[in-house]
Amino acid sequence: MWKRDEAVRPASGPTNVPPAPAPVAAGSPGLRPEASHSMEKDIVNIGKSVVIKGELNGSEDLTIEGHVEGTIQLRDHVLTIGPNGRIKAQVFAKAVIVLGEVTGNVTASDKVDIRDNGSVDGDIISPRVAIAEGAHFRGSVDMQRKPAPVAQAVKPAATAAAQPQAPLPQAAAQSQTPMAAARN
Amino acid sequence: MGLLDIIAARRSDLGPPPAPSTVVDESVFATKALAKFLTTLTARRAPVLLDLGPVVGSNVTYFGEQLGCKIFVEDIYADLDRHVRERKVESLPGFLLKRFPQADSSVDGILCWDLIDYLDRESAQALATQLMRVLRPDGALLGFFGTAQPRDMNYTKYVIVDDVALRHRQYSAARGRQAILLNRDIIRLFSGLRVSDSFLLKNNTREILFRKPTTQP
Repeated sequence: MWKRDEAVRPASGPTNVPPAPAPVAAGSPGLRPEASHSMEKDIVNIGKSVVIKGELNGSEDLTIEGHVEGTIQLRDHVLTIGPNGRIKAQVFAKAVIVLGEVTGNVTASDKVDIRDNGSVDGDIISPRVAIAEGAHFRGSVDMQRKPAPVAQAVKPAATAAAQPQAPLPQAAAQSQTPMAAARN
Repeated sequence: MGLLDIIAARRSDLGPPPAPSTVVDESVFATKALAKFLTTLTARRAPVLLDLGPVVGSNVTYFGEQLGCKIFVEDIYADLDRHVRERKVESLPGFLLKRFPQADSSVDGILCWDLIDYLDRESAQALATQLMRVLRPDGALLGFFGTAQPRDMNYTKYVIVDDVALRHRQYSAARGRQAILLNRDIIRLFSGLRVSDSFLLKNNTREILFRKPTTQP
């Protein structure tokens, strides 16, 4: 078993480093040691036993494993709700990664990612949404690109142009036969 | 086989055996009505879509990113399963009558999939009533209806491959299909809508596209 680990280690990697660096936080796997060391200061973890009720604001990436009720705002940063995280809140962030449970609306300026076993009960507004197989979701998804909050006063003229052109398919009819609709 | 399938297969070779999944089978089938359904959606700006099936990430991406839809996911199959497991199926019609928070005439398209086949007549009528309520005039509803009653107890997750193909991903259900409806019964069920297109596929599925008539001035 241990020999197999040696075998899969990349040949170009350092040979005298410790076997495996300890993970810094959930959601940041695969970081090089020096990179993870520099990131350590920027990722805050709210532990399993922590319960927060109220408004949570921040300007750094945050991982929540505990319970939060109220509002979470990380406008320019990544919010990760860990497998043990339970959120009943309105969430605003740059990106939201859900491995636990969220009840409430989620707004992200970049992406919402609901991973396997993650659960969201609420409406999602984000230009990109990824929902894994096995994830739970109930609510609505709005992926319309909204103007940035600062630019909201100026009405964007290019909103319609930003809409992707939808395919207008010509169906291949090789395997079907039309059926009289009101045959019976 | 796509790249993700290949990667997934390799991962499963390396790691421990995966936990038992509820997915039973997967196959790709042609679809004729989906393309027409999509055409009705693309005729509108920022269309609102109501999906009555379980959430499928790739479908959400397809409708959201490519078609610019706002999508409501209301997994009625899960509601049905819960009612069956809790032995309160008799309350399902009443539940369905209050299930949809959407306003009248607020939805441009409804993906009903094959849900009606799994409902008793009363529940199907309650659901149809609500769907006709929320559908906007000139909106479209896509429904699949079986022509034979399979004995297995599975639901099907419909994953959009493209506008002419659907991947059928089966997963276990609390109960099987209840009845095979005749065309005239289906039309009566959705009496407020008109049949726009209807296809009988080689896999014995009837695909029916309904449209809601625009109100007369």
